[in-house]
Amino acid sequence: MIQDLPDTTAARVAAAIVQARHLAGVPAVGMVATLVIVTDERDHYDALRAAQEMSREHPARILVSIQRPGRVAARLDAEVRFLGDSGPGETVVLRLHGELADHAESVLLPLLLPDAPVVVWWPGTCPPVPAEDPVGRLAQRRVTDAAAAKDPMDALMMRAEAYQPGDTDLAWTRITSWRTLLAAALDQPYEPILAAEVSCESGSPSSELLARWLALKLSVPVTRTLSEGPGITSVMLSSGEQVITISRPDGRVAELTRPGQPMREVSLMARDTVEIIAEEMRRLDPDEVYAEVLMSGSLDSGGLDNSPDGSGLQ
Amino acid sequence: MAGPCGLVIFGVTGDLARKKLMPAVYDLANRGLLPPGFSLVGYARRDWADQDFAQIVHDSVKEHARTPYREEVWNQLSEGIRFVAGDFADDLAFARLHETILELDSARGTGGNHAFYLSVPPKFFPDVVRQLKEHGLADGPEGAWRRVVIEKPFGHNLESARELNDVVGEVFDSGSVFRIDHYLGKETVQNILALRFANSLFEPIWNANYVDHVQITMAEDVGVGGRAGYYDGIGAARDVIQNHLLQLLALTAMEEPVSFEAANLRHEKEKVLSAVRLPHDLAAHTARGQYAAGWQGGEQVGGFLEEDGMSPTSTTETYAAIRLDIDTRRWAGVPFYLRTGKRLGRRVTEIAVVFKRAPHLPFEATATEELGQNALVIRVQPDEGISVRFGSKVPGTAMEVRDVTMDFSYGESFLESSPEAYERLILDVLIGEAPLFPRHEEVELSWMILDPVEEFWANQPQPEQYPAGTWGPASADAMLATDGRVWRRP
Repeated sequence: MIQDLPDTTAARVAAAIVQARHLAGVPAVGMVATLVIVTDERDHYDALRAAQEMSREHPARILVSIQRPGRVAARLDAEVRFLGDSGPGETVVLRLHGELADHAESVLLPLLLPDAPVVVWWPGTCPPVPAEDPVGRLAQRRVTDAAAAKDPMDALMMRAEAYQPGDTDLAWTRITSWRTLLAAALDQPYEPILAAEVSCESGSPSSELLARWLALKLSVPVTRTLSEGPGITSVMLSSGEQVITISRPDGRVAELTRPGQPMREVSLMARDTVEIIAEEMRRLDPDEVYAEVLMSGSLDSGGLDNSPDGSGLQ
Repeated sequence: MAGPCGLVIFGVTGDLARKKLMPAVYDLANRGLLPPGFSLVGYARRDWADQDFAQIVHDSVKEHARTPYREEVWNQLSEGIRFVAGDFADDLAFARLHETILELDSARGTGGNHAFYLSVPPKFFPDVVRQLKEHGLADGPEGAWRRVVIEKPFGHNLESARELNDVVGEVFDSGSVFRIDHYLGKETVQNILALRFANSLFEPIWNANYVDHVQITMAEDVGVGGRAGYYDGIGAARDVIQNHLLQLLALTAMEEPVSFEAANLRHEKEKVLSAVRLPHDLAAHTARGQYAAGWQGGEQVGGFLEEDGMSPTSTTETYAAIRLDIDTRRWAGVPFYLRTGKRLGRRVTEIAVVFKRAPHLPFEATATEELGQNALVIRVQPDEGISVRFGSKVPGTAMEVRDVTMDFSYGESFLESSPEAYERLILDVLIGEAPLFPRHEEVELSWMILDPVEEFWANQPQPEQYPAGTWGPASADAMLATDGRVWRRP
């Protein structure tokens, strides 16, 4: 069921949600969070689809805020989607015209679920300091995506400068399975690692974060080399003669090789946005490791202190 | 259905009469809940004949009635419509009113039963009531009833409330006085009673052993609008806390009444209200504010001091929050936080009972980082319902506990001061069912609680400004922070 509410107010949208519940005969609902997506016309479709898919795992109210600034009178157009069409939760697409585009928080605040945590996701461009943005202030978790920025490396630098607990970036979430696999590879006894190398296609902020993470945790010099992609194609951990390699040339299956053991294959799918957003929604407390890695500084600028402490990847 | 009777409305030209009362009368007629021969008498200072008034009623019904317009219902209702012109000092007009009522008794069979609805500013209550007495309208013939309906505010402090009560009490006995708080629908009261006393699940934990604190909120998204003149000098606390929020507090905190008879229910409410204690340090445990210009719900709105007809130096608050304690065994050490305001985040009225944390959590600290306090929220409006908040494991391989909410909304969308609310109120008056209307003892107890706060505020500077569309001034957050708590986001 989709209800169009042209030229409306937040109060009328809230009333429409209540009415939709009654009409659908669903007196009881249980939702765990409100997900606010701040986006534009171009990106909203994919982001919304991912969010609705995600809401099967974490039933959430999804508020899509589409800014349409310009020299028109301030106006709010809303679209309320309820059940069936939109997955288990409630979805509201809000279009903010004219001056209202600068006051999105005034529309969003009355539509947040009571008490429940709020996650704001900017699938495209995001404000310079997410935690101080009027919409960002509504949330305890602020999700950005450096990969969507024009200059992802520059974006990472800005994130580091602006970081406040509760910030997170999808470029970081995308490498969770790489980190898991690398940590598992070092679960067995291994020679002391002396250097590491990350190969990836150009402009991948995830590889930068992965390299920083390795540098930080292993306290070794890490180099980045360019490959054809897709995404991150291999990670090599070398201890002089011996080298542990995880290579994933096709973005699907990785090959793990280590000295004295047969080569093994392991699934390492480049995950889609649905899974990544679902993972983000799983933990809503500040991501301390991300903060540490983000703030450790760029490898190129020599921001890392590489004194060995041999703590491994755990 | 009510027995034979008529309704006399004073102040029929006002907004309330036009938008709520008259449509509600029609809706009752349409639903077949009014007796045959029901009569409606309008009284106002207008040079109207019966049919002019009937036309006014007709227009307001067409525009504001909740149920569809049906010609036959209207025809039946319009036969009983009369109008009496005059002001409240006009003896001749009251004499005409008396004649009109006698005429209706014989022509329409209303049997001498009449309710007088005072839809006029409180300062006219004494005049009208005295006139009713002098012209013999306050007492019907043998076996018939006369009732009077007054709307909040019931005075502006204890003294004026007592004066008002004395004036009304001289003329009508207390069982015939209906004090209407249109915020507090009967449905709400019954819902709270059902939740508390029909279940075995909640009552055992409804006490200081388990409850950490209670938050009672009534938030409006509108400003004072055209009521600036009325509102200035009254303020949020007198307008809402004195009657509405303290009634909700009483219903939440009272002991189980031995029955739901009027007297028994009232006893319990009075008992708990008389045990309410104000904090010693009123500066630390109360807060107030005035809304400033801002964006609210997608609309740009002006500030309180800029409203038409408002003095820019007004010290009237549009937001008020107070902490109250209840000195009973059940509630010792459990603060009740009451807050109300205009131009807040959204329109909502709710009672949140927040429970203590589990005394021991056998989990790793990181597993319960996001676990808050359990809470039971009784939502009074916009859609009546109950939500329960508790911890649950997040799906996935890690042990992670997070708050989830189960929200059950069963009530109708029962809007505050909706026509429907008035239908129920009017019907209760006509049937003579009084238990849910506050009696003057409760009104006085409420003023005893609020008066010291108002006196304290009277000597304070202009209240703090808060941007329209937010959840109130910073001092209100500081007030809870003093106690190590936070307001929930309703």
